[in-house]
Amino acid sequence: MSGIETPTLKTTGLTAKHIDLGAKMAAFAGYNMPISYAGIKDEHHAVRNGVGVFDVSHMGEFIVRGKEAIDLVQLVTSNDASKLEIGDAQYSCLPNHKGGIVDDLLVYRLPENMCSEGEQAFMLVVNASNIEKDWDWISKHNTFEAKMINISDQTGLLAIQGPKAAEAIQSLTDINLSEMKYYTFQKGTFAGIENVLISATGYTGSGGFEIYIDNQHLATLWDAIFEAGKELDIQPIGLGARDTLRLEMGYCLYGNDINDTTSPIEAGLGWITKTKKDHFHSIDIFRKQRAEGIDRKLVAFTMKDRRVPRHDYEIVDADGNHIGMVTSGTSSPSLGIPIGLGYVKKELAKTGSSIWVRMGKKQLEAEIVKLPFYKGV
Amino acid sequence: MEFPEGLRYTEEHEWVRVEDDVAIVGITDFAQSELGELVYVEVDTVGDTLEKNEVFGTVEAVKTTSDLFMPVSGEVLEFNPALDENEGDDPTLANNEPYGGGWIIKIKMSDPSEVESLMDAAAYGALVG
Repeated sequence: MSGIETPTLKTTGLTAKHIDLGAKMAAFAGYNMPISYAGIKDEHHAVRNGVGVFDVSHMGEFIVRGKEAIDLVQLVTSNDASKLEIGDAQYSCLPNHKGGIVDDLLVYRLPENMCSEGEQAFMLVVNASNIEKDWDWISKHNTFEAKMINISDQTGLLAIQGPKAAEAIQSLTDINLSEMKYYTFQKGTFAGIENVLISATGYTGSGGFEIYIDNQHLATLWDAIFEAGKELDIQPIGLGARDTLRLEMGYCLYGNDINDTTSPIEAGLGWITKTKKDHFHSIDIFRKQRAEGIDRKLVAFTMKDRRVPRHDYEIVDADGNHIGMVTSGTSSPSLGIPIGLGYVKKELAKTGSSIWVRMGKKQLEAEIVKLPFYKGV
Repeated sequence: MEFPEGLRYTEEHEWVRVEDDVAIVGITDFAQSELGELVYVEVDTVGDTLEKNEVFGTVEAVKTTSDLFMPVSGEVLEFNPALDENEGDDPTLANNEPYGGGWIIKIKMSDPSEVESLMDAAAYGALVG
Protein backbone atom coordinates (compact mmCIF):
# COMPACT_ATOMS: atom_id res chain seq x y z
CA MET A 1 0.00 0.00 0.00
CA SER A 2 2.94 2.33 0.34
CA GLY A 3 3.64 4.70 -2.54
CA ILE A 4 6.95 4.75 -4.28
CA GLU A 5 8.69 8.07 -3.87
CA THR A 6 11.69 9.14 -5.78
CA PRO A 7 13.41 12.50 -5.49
CA THR A 8 13.71 12.82 -9.26
CA LEU A 9 10.00 13.21 -10.06
CA LYS A 10 9.15 16.03 -12.43
CA THR A 11 6.70 18.74 -11.37
CA THR A 12 4.13 20.57 -13.49
CA GLY A 13 4.33 24.09 -12.14
CA LEU A 14 1.15 23.42 -10.18
CA THR A 15 2.53 20.67 -7.98
CA ALA A 16 2.82 22.94 -4.93
CA LYS A 17 -0.79 24.07 -5.41
CA HIS A 18 -2.01 20.47 -5.54
CA ILE A 19 -0.21 19.67 -2.31
CA ASP A 20 -1.61 22.83 -0.69
CA LEU A 21 -5.09 21.72 -1.72
CA GLY A 22 -4.49 18.48 0.16
CA ALA A 23 -4.27 16.28 -2.91
CA LYS A 24 -3.17 12.69 -2.62
CA MET A 25 -0.10 12.69 -4.86
CA ALA A 26 1.60 9.84 -6.68
CA ALA A 27 4.22 9.21 -9.30
CA PHE A 28 2.74 8.97 -12.78
CA ALA A 29 4.86 8.82 -15.92
CA GLY A 30 7.74 10.35 -14.01
CA TYR A 31 5.67 13.26 -12.70
CA ASN A 32 4.41 13.93 -9.21
CA MET A 33 0.69 14.14 -10.02
CA PRO A 34 -2.54 14.62 -8.04
CA ILE A 35 -4.54 11.39 -7.85
CA SER A 36 -7.46 12.84 -5.90
CA TYR A 37 -8.49 15.82 -3.79
CA ALA A 38 -11.97 15.43 -2.28
CA GLY A 39 -12.20 11.75 -3.23
CA ILE A 40 -12.54 10.04 -6.59
CA LYS A 41 -16.33 9.65 -6.42
CA ASP A 42 -17.02 13.27 -5.47
CA GLU A 43 -14.65 14.51 -8.16
CA HIS A 44 -16.24 12.20 -10.71
CA HIS A 45 -19.73 13.51 -9.95
CA ALA A 46 -18.45 17.11 -10.04
CA VAL A 47 -17.39 16.59 -13.65
CA ARG A 48 -20.53 14.69 -14.68
CA ASN A 49 -22.88 17.27 -13.15
CA GLY A 50 -20.90 20.51 -12.89
CA VAL A 51 -17.37 21.43 -13.82
CA GLY A 52 -13.88 20.34 -12.80
CA VAL A 53 -10.30 21.17 -13.68
CA PHE A 54 -7.52 18.68 -14.35
CA ASP A 55 -3.83 19.54 -14.46
CA VAL A 56 -2.64 17.33 -17.30
CA SER A 57 0.52 19.24 -18.03
CA HIS A 58 2.46 16.00 -18.03
CA MET A 59 1.09 15.24 -21.51
CA GLY A 60 3.59 15.65 -24.36
CA GLU A 61 3.36 18.08 -27.26
CA PHE A 62 5.33 17.99 -30.51
CA ILE A 63 5.17 20.57 -33.29
CA VAL A 64 5.67 19.25 -36.80
CA ARG A 65 5.95 21.87 -39.50
CA GLY A 66 7.23 22.35 -43.01
CA LYS A 67 6.31 21.75 -46.63
CA GLU A 68 6.03 18.00 -46.05
CA ALA A 69 4.75 18.03 -42.48
CA ILE A 70 1.50 16.52 -43.70
CA ASP A 71 3.39 13.64 -45.31
CA LEU A 72 5.12 12.75 -42.05
CA VAL A 73 1.89 12.98 -40.08
CA GLN A 74 0.08 10.84 -42.66
CA LEU A 75 2.80 8.18 -42.56
CA VAL A 76 2.92 7.82 -38.76
CA THR A 77 -0.77 8.22 -37.87
CA SER A 78 -3.70 5.95 -38.70
CA ASN A 79 -6.42 8.57 -39.06
CA ASP A 80 -6.60 10.79 -42.15
CA ALA A 81 -4.89 14.06 -41.25
CA SER A 82 -5.49 15.40 -44.79
CA LYS A 83 -9.11 15.94 -43.70
CA LEU A 84 -8.04 18.47 -41.06
CA GLU A 85 -8.76 22.15 -41.70
CA ILE A 86 -6.89 24.77 -39.73
CA GLY A 87 -8.57 24.79 -36.31
CA ASP A 88 -9.47 21.10 -36.33
CA ALA A 89 -8.27 18.42 -33.94
CA GLN A 90 -8.36 14.68 -34.55
CA TYR A 91 -8.01 11.58 -32.39
CA SER A 92 -5.56 9.14 -33.93
CA CYS A 93 -2.93 6.54 -33.18
CA LEU A 94 0.67 5.77 -34.10
CA PRO A 95 0.78 2.20 -35.43
CA ASN A 96 4.05 0.30 -35.23
CA HIS A 97 5.26 -2.05 -37.99
CA LYS A 98 3.63 -5.13 -36.45
CA GLY A 99 0.04 -3.96 -36.36
CA GLY A 100 0.29 -2.73 -32.75
CA ILE A 101 0.07 0.76 -31.30
CA VAL A 102 3.03 2.94 -30.28
CA ASP A 103 0.65 5.48 -28.73
CA ASP A 104 -2.71 7.15 -29.16
CA LEU A 105 -2.70 10.90 -29.68
CA LEU A 106 -4.43 14.07 -30.78
CA VAL A 107 -3.41 15.79 -34.02
CA TYR A 108 -4.08 19.53 -34.27
CA ARG A 109 -3.73 21.43 -37.53
CA LEU A 110 -2.31 24.75 -36.44
CA PRO A 111 -2.71 28.19 -38.03
CA GLU A 112 -0.01 28.92 -40.58
CA ASN A 113 0.89 32.43 -39.46
CA MET A 114 4.26 31.20 -38.20
CA CYS A 115 4.94 29.21 -41.36
CA SER A 116 6.49 30.22 -44.65
CA GLU A 117 4.60 29.97 -47.92
CA GLY A 118 3.47 26.45 -48.69
CA GLU A 119 4.16 25.08 -45.21
CA GLN A 120 1.75 23.47 -42.79
CA ALA A 121 2.03 23.02 -39.03
CA PHE A 122 0.63 20.36 -36.71
CA MET A 123 0.70 19.75 -33.00
CA LEU A 124 0.76 16.15 -31.82
CA VAL A 125 -0.37 15.57 -28.24
CA VAL A 126 0.91 12.31 -26.81
CA ASN A 127 0.77 10.37 -23.55
CA ALA A 128 3.23 11.46 -20.88
CA SER A 129 4.61 7.96 -20.41
CA ASN A 130 5.40 7.72 -24.13
CA ILE A 131 6.97 11.10 -24.90
CA GLU A 132 10.46 9.76 -25.50
CA LYS A 133 9.29 6.64 -27.32
CA ASP A 134 7.00 8.63 -29.61
CA TRP A 135 9.61 11.28 -30.31
CA ASP A 136 12.15 8.64 -31.30
CA TRP A 137 9.60 6.77 -33.37
CA ILE A 138 8.39 9.78 -35.34
CA SER A 139 11.91 11.22 -35.71
CA LYS A 140 13.12 7.93 -37.11
CA HIS A 141 10.54 8.15 -39.87
CA ASN A 142 11.08 11.80 -40.62
CA THR A 143 12.70 11.60 -44.05
CA PHE A 144 10.56 14.53 -45.10
CA GLU A 145 10.99 18.25 -45.31
CA ALA A 146 9.47 18.59 -41.85
CA LYS A 147 10.89 20.09 -38.70
CA MET A 148 9.98 18.54 -35.35
CA ILE A 149 10.04 20.49 -32.08
CA ASN A 150 9.40 18.94 -28.69
CA ILE A 151 7.59 21.58 -26.61
CA SER A 152 6.47 19.16 -23.87
CA ASP A 153 8.59 20.62 -21.08
CA GLN A 154 7.48 24.21 -21.61
CA THR A 155 3.82 23.46 -22.29
CA GLY A 156 1.15 23.33 -19.60
CA LEU A 157 -2.28 21.80 -20.15
CA LEU A 158 -5.47 22.20 -18.14
CA ALA A 159 -8.66 20.32 -18.95
CA ILE A 160 -11.86 22.07 -17.85
CA GLN A 161 -14.54 19.44 -18.14
CA GLY A 162 -18.22 19.08 -17.41
CA PRO A 163 -21.61 20.41 -18.56
CA LYS A 164 -20.93 23.76 -16.89
CA ALA A 165 -17.42 24.18 -18.35
CA ALA A 166 -18.26 26.87 -20.92
CA GLU A 167 -20.30 28.87 -18.42
CA ALA A 168 -17.56 28.63 -15.79
CA ILE A 169 -14.78 30.10 -17.90
CA GLN A 170 -16.55 32.22 -20.55
CA SER A 171 -15.80 35.43 -18.64
CA LEU A 172 -12.08 34.86 -19.23
CA THR A 173 -12.14 35.14 -23.02
CA ASP A 174 -13.82 36.82 -26.00
CA ILE A 175 -13.92 33.51 -27.84
CA ASN A 176 -17.51 32.25 -27.82
CA LEU A 177 -16.95 28.94 -26.06
CA SER A 178 -20.46 27.53 -26.29
CA GLU A 179 -20.34 27.89 -30.08
CA MET A 180 -17.10 25.96 -30.47
CA LYS A 181 -17.66 22.62 -32.17
CA TYR A 182 -16.35 19.41 -30.61
CA TYR A 183 -12.78 18.70 -31.75
CA THR A 184 -12.07 22.23 -32.94
CA PHE A 185 -9.79 24.81 -31.37
CA GLN A 186 -8.98 28.50 -31.45
CA LYS A 187 -6.00 30.56 -30.47
CA GLY A 188 -6.65 33.73 -28.56
CA THR A 189 -6.38 35.66 -25.33
CA PHE A 190 -7.54 33.86 -22.21
CA ALA A 191 -7.43 35.30 -18.69
CA GLY A 192 -5.37 38.16 -20.12
CA ILE A 193 -2.75 35.74 -21.42
CA GLU A 194 -2.05 35.91 -25.15
CA ASN A 195 -1.52 33.10 -27.61
CA VAL A 196 -3.45 30.47 -25.66
CA LEU A 197 -4.77 27.43 -27.53
CA ILE A 198 -8.31 26.54 -26.45
CA SER A 199 -9.60 23.25 -27.68
CA ALA A 200 -13.11 21.80 -27.40
CA THR A 201 -11.79 18.37 -26.51
CA GLY A 202 -11.36 16.15 -23.47
CA TYR A 203 -11.36 12.54 -22.32
CA THR A 204 -14.27 12.52 -19.88
CA GLY A 205 -17.41 12.29 -22.01
CA SER A 206 -18.93 15.29 -20.25
CA GLY A 207 -17.76 17.98 -22.66
CA GLY A 208 -15.51 20.90 -21.97
CA PHE A 209 -12.21 22.37 -23.02
CA GLU A 210 -8.49 21.81 -22.93
CA ILE A 211 -6.19 24.80 -22.69
CA TYR A 212 -2.57 24.65 -23.82
CA ILE A 213 -0.40 27.37 -22.41
CA ASP A 214 3.22 28.28 -21.86
CA ASN A 215 4.26 26.90 -18.46
CA GLN A 216 5.19 30.32 -17.09
CA HIS A 217 1.48 31.30 -17.17
CA LEU A 218 0.11 28.02 -15.83
CA ALA A 219 -0.38 29.12 -12.20
CA THR A 220 -2.01 32.40 -13.31
CA LEU A 221 -4.38 30.45 -15.54
CA TRP A 222 -5.26 27.96 -12.78
CA ASP A 223 -6.09 30.77 -10.33
CA ALA A 224 -8.12 32.71 -12.91
CA ILE A 225 -10.18 29.63 -13.77
CA PHE A 226 -10.98 28.84 -10.14
CA GLU A 227 -11.91 32.47 -9.49
CA ALA A 228 -14.14 32.61 -12.58
CA GLY A 229 -15.82 29.30 -11.79
CA LYS A 230 -16.29 29.92 -8.08
CA GLU A 231 -20.05 30.46 -8.29
CA LEU A 232 -20.45 27.19 -10.19
CA ASP A 233 -18.46 25.41 -7.49
CA ILE A 234 -15.64 24.46 -9.86
CA GLN A 235 -13.51 21.63 -8.40
CA PRO A 236 -9.96 20.34 -8.87
CA ILE A 237 -9.99 16.80 -10.26
CA GLY A 238 -7.23 14.21 -10.01
CA LEU A 239 -6.06 11.39 -12.23
CA GLY A 240 -8.18 8.87 -10.28
CA ALA A 241 -11.43 10.42 -11.50
CA ARG A 242 -9.91 10.97 -14.94
CA ASP A 243 -9.66 7.19 -15.14
CA THR A 244 -13.23 6.47 -13.95
CA LEU A 245 -14.62 9.14 -16.28
CA ARG A 246 -12.84 7.84 -19.37
CA LEU A 247 -13.63 4.24 -18.51
CA GLU A 248 -17.37 4.93 -18.20
CA MET A 249 -17.17 6.16 -21.80
CA GLY A 250 -15.09 3.18 -22.92
CA TYR A 251 -12.20 5.41 -23.99
CA CYS A 252 -8.97 3.44 -24.27
CA LEU A 253 -6.06 4.08 -21.93
CA TYR A 254 -2.64 3.43 -23.41
CA GLY A 255 -0.77 0.79 -21.42
CA ASN A 256 -4.05 -0.73 -20.23
CA ASP A 257 -6.40 -1.28 -23.15
CA ILE A 258 -4.03 -0.63 -26.01
CA ASN A 259 -0.30 -1.23 -26.35
CA ASP A 260 2.42 -2.33 -28.74
CA THR A 261 0.69 -5.67 -29.32
CA THR A 262 -2.96 -4.62 -29.74
CA SER A 263 -4.40 -3.66 -33.11
CA PRO A 264 -6.63 -0.59 -33.33
CA ILE A 265 -9.14 -2.78 -35.19
CA GLU A 266 -9.27 -5.16 -32.20
CA ALA A 267 -9.52 -2.22 -29.80
CA GLY A 268 -12.63 -0.78 -31.44
CA LEU A 269 -10.56 2.02 -32.95
CA GLY A 270 -11.44 1.09 -36.52
CA TRP A 271 -12.98 4.54 -36.85
CA ILE A 272 -9.53 6.14 -36.59
CA THR A 273 -7.89 3.49 -38.80
CA LYS A 274 -8.38 4.85 -42.32
CA THR A 275 -7.27 1.96 -44.46
CA LYS A 276 -8.44 3.86 -47.55
CA LYS A 277 -5.45 6.16 -47.12
CA ASP A 278 -2.58 5.49 -49.55
CA HIS A 279 -0.18 4.44 -46.87
CA PHE A 280 0.67 4.44 -43.18
CA HIS A 281 2.53 2.02 -40.92
CA SER A 282 0.94 -1.43 -40.80
CA ILE A 283 -1.81 -0.48 -43.25
CA ASP A 284 -1.56 -3.88 -44.95
CA ILE A 285 -2.05 -5.69 -41.65
CA PHE A 286 -5.11 -3.57 -40.84
CA ARG A 287 -6.55 -4.07 -44.35
CA LYS A 288 -6.16 -7.80 -43.91
CA GLN A 289 -7.82 -7.69 -40.46
CA ARG A 290 -10.69 -5.74 -41.99
CA ALA A 291 -11.06 -8.22 -44.84
CA GLU A 292 -10.53 -11.47 -42.97
CA GLY A 293 -11.63 -10.59 -39.47
CA ILE A 294 -9.80 -10.51 -36.16
CA ASP A 295 -9.25 -13.16 -33.48
CA ARG A 296 -10.07 -11.06 -30.45
CA LYS A 297 -11.97 -7.92 -29.66
CA LEU A 298 -12.03 -5.35 -26.87
CA VAL A 299 -15.40 -5.64 -25.14
CA ALA A 300 -17.15 -3.73 -22.41
CA PHE A 301 -18.77 -5.64 -19.57
CA THR A 302 -20.64 -5.12 -16.34
CA MET A 303 -20.26 -7.50 -13.40
CA LYS A 304 -23.28 -9.27 -11.99
CA ASP A 305 -21.45 -9.34 -8.65
CA ARG A 306 -20.05 -6.48 -6.59
CA ARG A 307 -16.41 -7.47 -6.99
CA VAL A 308 -14.43 -5.10 -9.21
CA PRO A 309 -12.48 -6.38 -12.23
CA ARG A 310 -8.91 -5.08 -12.56
CA HIS A 311 -6.23 -4.91 -15.23
CA ASP A 312 -4.75 -8.35 -15.97
CA TYR A 313 -7.50 -10.44 -14.36
CA GLU A 314 -8.26 -13.48 -16.50
CA ILE A 315 -11.50 -13.81 -18.49
CA VAL A 316 -12.87 -17.36 -18.83
CA ASP A 317 -15.92 -19.10 -20.27
CA ALA A 318 -18.56 -20.93 -18.23
CA ASP A 319 -16.28 -23.97 -18.00
CA GLY A 320 -13.28 -21.98 -16.81
CA ASN A 321 -11.41 -22.01 -20.12
CA HIS A 322 -9.21 -19.00 -20.83
CA ILE A 323 -10.83 -16.66 -23.37
CA GLY A 324 -9.17 -13.32 -22.65
CA MET A 325 -7.91 -10.72 -20.20
CA VAL A 326 -9.31 -7.69 -18.42
CA THR A 327 -7.53 -4.49 -19.50
CA SER A 328 -9.33 -1.91 -17.31
CA GLY A 329 -11.83 -2.07 -14.50
CA THR A 330 -13.34 0.10 -11.84
CA SER A 331 -16.41 0.67 -9.74
CA SER A 332 -18.43 3.06 -11.90
CA PRO A 333 -19.36 6.09 -9.78
CA SER A 334 -22.23 7.01 -12.14
CA LEU A 335 -23.74 3.54 -12.41
CA GLY A 336 -22.82 2.22 -8.98
CA ILE A 337 -21.67 -1.12 -10.37
CA PRO A 338 -18.33 -2.63 -11.38
CA ILE A 339 -17.45 -2.16 -15.06
CA GLY A 340 -14.58 -3.29 -17.21
CA LEU A 341 -12.94 -3.57 -20.59
CA GLY A 342 -11.10 -6.61 -21.84
CA TYR A 343 -10.09 -8.61 -24.86
CA VAL A 344 -12.03 -11.79 -25.57
CA LYS A 345 -12.11 -14.22 -28.46
CA LYS A 346 -14.12 -12.68 -31.29
CA GLU A 347 -16.71 -15.46 -31.46
CA LEU A 348 -17.52 -14.96 -27.75
CA ALA A 349 -17.65 -11.17 -27.93
CA LYS A 350 -21.33 -10.66 -28.70
CA THR A 351 -23.29 -8.04 -26.79
CA GLY A 352 -25.56 -9.65 -24.21
CA SER A 353 -23.49 -12.80 -23.78
CA SER A 354 -21.91 -13.88 -20.51
CA ILE A 355 -18.23 -14.06 -19.69
CA TRP A 356 -16.60 -14.81 -16.34
CA VAL A 357 -13.80 -12.96 -14.59
CA ARG A 358 -11.42 -14.93 -12.40
CA MET A 359 -10.89 -13.29 -9.02
CA GLY A 360 -8.83 -15.42 -6.71
CA LYS A 361 -10.55 -18.78 -6.40
CA LYS A 362 -13.81 -17.51 -7.85
CA GLN A 363 -15.02 -16.89 -11.35
CA LEU A 364 -17.69 -14.23 -11.40
CA GLU A 365 -20.20 -13.66 -14.16
CA ALA A 366 -20.24 -10.54 -16.30
CA GLU A 367 -22.38 -9.46 -19.23
CA ILE A 368 -20.95 -7.95 -22.41
CA VAL A 369 -22.60 -4.59 -23.02
CA LYS A 370 -22.55 -1.79 -25.56
CA LEU A 371 -20.48 1.33 -24.95
CA PRO A 372 -20.64 3.83 -23.46
CA PHE A 373 -21.43 2.58 -19.96
CA TYR A 374 -22.46 6.12 -19.07
CA LYS A 375 -25.20 7.34 -21.36
CA GLY A 376 -25.74 10.82 -19.92
CA VAL A 377 -28.36 12.24 -17.66
CA MET B 1 -4.28 10.18 11.61
CA GLU B 2 -5.47 8.24 14.61
CA PHE B 3 -4.14 4.94 16.00
CA PRO B 4 -5.94 4.30 19.29
CA GLU B 5 -4.06 2.92 22.27
CA GLY B 6 -5.20 -0.45 23.48
CA LEU B 7 -5.59 -1.89 19.97
CA ARG B 8 -3.07 -4.16 18.29
CA TYR B 9 -1.97 -3.62 14.69
CA THR B 10 -0.66 -5.70 11.79
CA GLU B 11 1.69 -4.95 8.92
CA GLU B 12 -1.32 -5.47 6.64
CA HIS B 13 -2.84 -2.35 8.22
CA GLU B 14 -5.50 -4.07 10.23
CA TRP B 15 -6.33 -3.52 13.88
CA VAL B 16 -7.44 -6.00 16.53
CA ARG B 17 -9.40 -5.37 19.70
CA VAL B 18 -9.42 -8.27 22.15
CA GLU B 19 -12.51 -9.05 24.22
CA ASP B 20 -11.85 -12.27 26.15
CA ASP B 21 -11.08 -14.91 23.50
CA VAL B 22 -12.71 -12.89 20.70
CA ALA B 23 -10.74 -10.60 18.41
CA ILE B 24 -12.60 -7.77 16.66
CA VAL B 25 -10.84 -6.83 13.43
CA GLY B 26 -10.94 -3.79 11.16
CA ILE B 27 -8.72 -1.77 8.84
CA THR B 28 -6.72 1.16 10.15
CA ASP B 29 -7.26 4.84 9.44
CA PHE B 30 -4.12 4.70 7.34
CA ALA B 31 -5.49 1.78 5.31
CA GLN B 32 -8.84 3.40 4.61
CA SER B 33 -7.13 6.64 3.65
CA GLU B 34 -4.79 4.88 1.22
CA LEU B 35 -7.63 2.85 -0.30
CA GLY B 36 -10.03 5.76 -0.69
CA GLU B 37 -13.78 5.39 -0.57
CA LEU B 38 -14.76 1.75 -0.24
CA VAL B 39 -17.46 0.44 -2.56
CA TYR B 40 -17.74 -3.15 -1.34
CA VAL B 41 -16.56 -5.36 1.48
CA GLU B 42 -16.78 -9.09 0.89
CA VAL B 43 -16.43 -11.66 3.64
CA ASP B 44 -17.60 -15.15 2.77
CA THR B 45 -15.63 -17.05 5.37
CA VAL B 46 -18.02 -16.80 8.33
CA GLY B 47 -17.95 -20.17 10.08
CA ASP B 48 -14.56 -21.06 8.64
CA THR B 49 -11.54 -21.68 10.83
CA LEU B 50 -8.52 -20.00 9.29
CA GLU B 51 -4.85 -19.70 10.12
CA LYS B 52 -3.14 -16.41 10.87
CA ASN B 53 -2.31 -14.56 7.57
CA GLU B 54 -4.91 -16.45 5.53
CA VAL B 55 -7.27 -14.31 3.44
CA PHE B 56 -10.69 -13.89 5.05
CA GLY B 57 -12.18 -11.28 2.73
CA THR B 58 -11.68 -8.50 0.24
CA VAL B 59 -12.25 -4.77 0.16
CA GLU B 60 -12.96 -2.97 -3.09
CA ALA B 61 -12.24 0.72 -3.48
CA VAL B 62 -12.76 2.64 -6.72
CA LYS B 63 -9.13 2.32 -7.70
CA THR B 64 -7.90 -0.82 -5.98
CA THR B 65 -8.76 -4.19 -4.56
CA SER B 66 -7.16 -5.34 -1.33
CA ASP B 67 -7.33 -8.70 0.41
CA LEU B 68 -8.02 -8.91 4.12
CA PHE B 69 -5.81 -11.19 6.20
CA MET B 70 -6.43 -13.01 9.45
CA PRO B 71 -4.41 -11.14 12.11
CA VAL B 72 -4.69 -14.21 14.36
CA SER B 73 -5.84 -17.80 13.88
CA GLY B 74 -9.37 -18.83 14.70
CA GLU B 75 -12.97 -19.17 13.60
CA VAL B 76 -14.63 -16.28 11.76
CA LEU B 77 -17.65 -15.73 14.00
CA GLU B 78 -19.36 -12.77 12.42
CA PHE B 79 -19.18 -10.29 9.54
CA ASN B 80 -20.27 -6.77 10.50
CA PRO B 81 -23.88 -6.63 9.26
CA ALA B 82 -23.60 -2.87 8.72
CA LEU B 83 -21.07 -3.54 5.93
CA ASP B 84 -22.72 -6.69 4.55
CA GLU B 85 -24.35 -6.12 1.15
CA ASN B 86 -27.31 -8.23 2.27
CA GLU B 87 -27.95 -6.09 5.33
CA GLY B 88 -26.65 -2.57 6.04
CA ASP B 89 -24.53 -2.48 2.88
CA ASP B 90 -22.57 0.62 3.88
CA PRO B 91 -18.90 -0.11 3.20
CA THR B 92 -18.02 3.57 3.74
CA LEU B 93 -18.45 2.96 7.48
CA ALA B 94 -14.97 1.47 7.29
CA ASN B 95 -13.78 4.84 5.95
CA ASN B 96 -15.71 7.02 8.33
CA GLU B 97 -15.47 4.99 11.55
CA PRO B 98 -12.54 2.64 10.99
CA TYR B 99 -12.22 1.76 14.70
CA GLY B 100 -15.93 1.85 15.54
CA GLY B 101 -18.95 1.10 13.37
CA GLY B 102 -16.66 0.07 10.52
CA TRP B 103 -15.27 -3.06 12.21
CA ILE B 104 -15.18 -5.98 9.76
CA ILE B 105 -15.14 -9.38 11.51
CA LYS B 106 -15.05 -11.07 14.88
CA ILE B 107 -12.75 -14.06 15.36
CA LYS B 108 -12.92 -16.70 18.05
CA MET B 109 -9.21 -17.03 18.64
CA SER B 110 -7.69 -20.50 18.72
CA ASP B 111 -4.47 -19.18 20.29
CA PRO B 112 -4.97 -15.83 22.08
CA SER B 113 -1.22 -15.58 22.69
CA GLU B 114 -0.78 -14.73 18.98
CA VAL B 115 -1.99 -11.23 19.83
CA GLU B 116 1.26 -10.64 21.70
CA SER B 117 3.20 -10.67 18.43
CA LEU B 118 1.16 -7.80 16.94
CA MET B 119 2.26 -4.17 17.10
CA ASP B 120 1.03 -1.69 19.65
CA ALA B 121 -0.14 1.80 18.64
CA ALA B 122 3.30 3.37 18.98
CA ALA B 123 5.00 0.72 16.85
CA TYR B 124 2.30 0.91 14.18
CA GLY B 125 2.39 4.70 14.16
CA ALA B 126 6.13 4.49 13.56
CA LEU B 127 5.59 2.01 10.71
CA VAL B 128 3.22 4.22 8.74
CA GLY B 129 4.57 7.55 9.91
